[in-house]
Amino acid sequence: MMRQDLDIIHNWIAPATRVLDLGCGDGALLEKLGREKQVDGYGLEIDPDQIQKCVERGVSVVEQNLDNGLKNFADQSFDTVVMTQALQTLRFPHLVVEEMLRVGRECIITFPNFGQWKARWHLAVSGRMPVSDLLPYEWYDTPNIHFCTFKDFEVLCREHSWKILHRQVVSESPVSGVLKDFLPNLFGETAIYHLTR
Amino acid sequence: MRKILTTEAQTPQSGTPAGLPANSVGIVEPQSHTFPGPFKLACGRVLDEYTLVYETYGTLNADKSNGVLICHALSGHHHAAGYHSENDKRPGWWDHYIGPGKPIDTNKFFVVAVNNLGGCHGSTGPTSINPETGKPWGPDFPPLRARDWVHSQAQLADHLGIQQWAAVVGGSLGGMQAMRWALEYPERLRHCVVIASAMKLSAQNIAFNETARQAITSDPDFRGGRYLEEESLPRHGLAVARMIGHITYLSDDGLGKKFGRELRSGTFEQGVEELVEFQVQSYLRYQGDTFSSSFDPNTYILMTRALDYFDLAREYDDDPVKAFSHARCKFLLVSFTSDWRFAPERSREIADALMHANIPVSYAEVESPMGHDAFLLPNARYENLFAAYMNNVAREPGSAKNSEVPA
Repeated sequence: MMRQDLDIIHNWIAPATRVLDLGCGDGALLEKLGREKQVDGYGLEIDPDQIQKCVERGVSVVEQNLDNGLKNFADQSFDTVVMTQALQTLRFPHLVVEEMLRVGRECIITFPNFGQWKARWHLAVSGRMPVSDLLPYEWYDTPNIHFCTFKDFEVLCREHSWKILHRQVVSESPVSGVLKDFLPNLFGETAIYHLTR
Repeated sequence: MRKILTTEAQTPQSGTPAGLPANSVGIVEPQSHTFPGPFKLACGRVLDEYTLVYETYGTLNADKSNGVLICHALSGHHHAAGYHSENDKRPGWWDHYIGPGKPIDTNKFFVVAVNNLGGCHGSTGPTSINPETGKPWGPDFPPLRARDWVHSQAQLADHLGIQQWAAVVGGSLGGMQAMRWALEYPERLRHCVVIASAMKLSAQNIAFNETARQAITSDPDFRGGRYLEEESLPRHGLAVARMIGHITYLSDDGLGKKFGRELRSGTFEQGVEELVEFQVQSYLRYQGDTFSSSFDPNTYILMTRALDYFDLAREYDDDPVKAFSHARCKFLLVSFTSDWRFAPERSREIADALMHANIPVSYAEVESPMGHDAFLLPNARYENLFAAYMNNVAREPGSAKNSEVPA
């Protein structure tokens, strides 16, 4: 099963284009894009187990730490630069987005919404940092060091004059699925933004 | 169900002799072929004919699309896997990665390992007789470049009826040959596996090679390279050269873990005058001595020069992207974290150039304390990754028929 956000991204990417997938995980998105849309490109990943899975799938994957930037890629050398569920793990997320828009004509970013009601509820009631099935880490061992809410991210976009081409909010639970359309920042679990300069 | 390849049923080594590991290619026998010249070399000189010694493992399939060429490194040769006799203490130099069920799976691939031209294990080289003089070539053997090896390997492929390799694979200097293959014969390989290699050596690397060469040539027994004619052998110089090389193939950490400051003999006790010998000293000397009794000094000089001269993009305006834009195959690159002779940065440069050229590439930086030698040694991550990649190579259809090289 593809994650919901990957399905949406798949629809936003034009056929026969060139994609760079930052933190590409097991390569599922690139494999599907390659197979169904003749999209070619590369995944960047640092987790050896995920790199192994990419190679097993026949996806081109290059071991690279995103925190070191994308200096090795030329300006506008990809049609789309994708980064799913990795924004919150970066040391300087805003610099990486800048880099994504330098390297790609467009970029697609997904991240978990820290403003979702479950996280708010958890913090309000227990007084402790939210731990959930989606975000199963304690505050001290989490790779997720830069959480934000949808609102926070849109403020960042405005400040940097990044244009939002599409925005979509997904939620796995059916109740939230309906409510997320009205109150995305409260009910959306994952945000998917399609940006350009 | 996939059709069972004939190779699986008819591998000649399928019954490994008792005493040898079950996942070995078993007893293997070197073959040789003499190629009629003229064979023009990069330096401008011409060989009237030359011989290559090689070994093969596994079975060539009907459409001859499952060939894998192994390119060896500085001190390598054609004996990459298996044993020459049941009494052999050690298998071929890359036995851990070549064999039934191993990453380069001989149940699926027809593996060809060749002793490079200029080598000293049977292929034409400085120890061969120069037909013009009737004496050993010695220092008069023409200097070679990686491209000369690639062209001679292509003639071997022709001889074996292999129009297109499933993969050309090499570590270190072997990786340089594999990359050269991708540029010189883009239609003749589907995959290029480059392990612990570089597009060119750094000044530090050349410096180490020069020190090694000086150790050889300054040995009084070198006799200007004509030691064979004069029945001498610069054994000591070659041993020192190998010791220098060996240090650079290991890591500080690796050597430290293996030997620390352990003493082999002597004592530091005050009042006792007895020189000490560290374990690492004795180990290095043993490595040097063993090597110097099995390798030709002129070949060592020739091989290190070929390493120094190699510069993948020299003929492409020094632009690696332009160079790789000629490649048509897919690439797998692997480097090792503690390798400072062919550091991960060098492999990253290859990956970057390939990505710029829009060539499919996967690259992994494998954690290992074993330095440059890691490419020869067991390592779970390296092994799994290599196996997964080669497994896909074996599964994709051979396309030899569709890519005839225009004459």
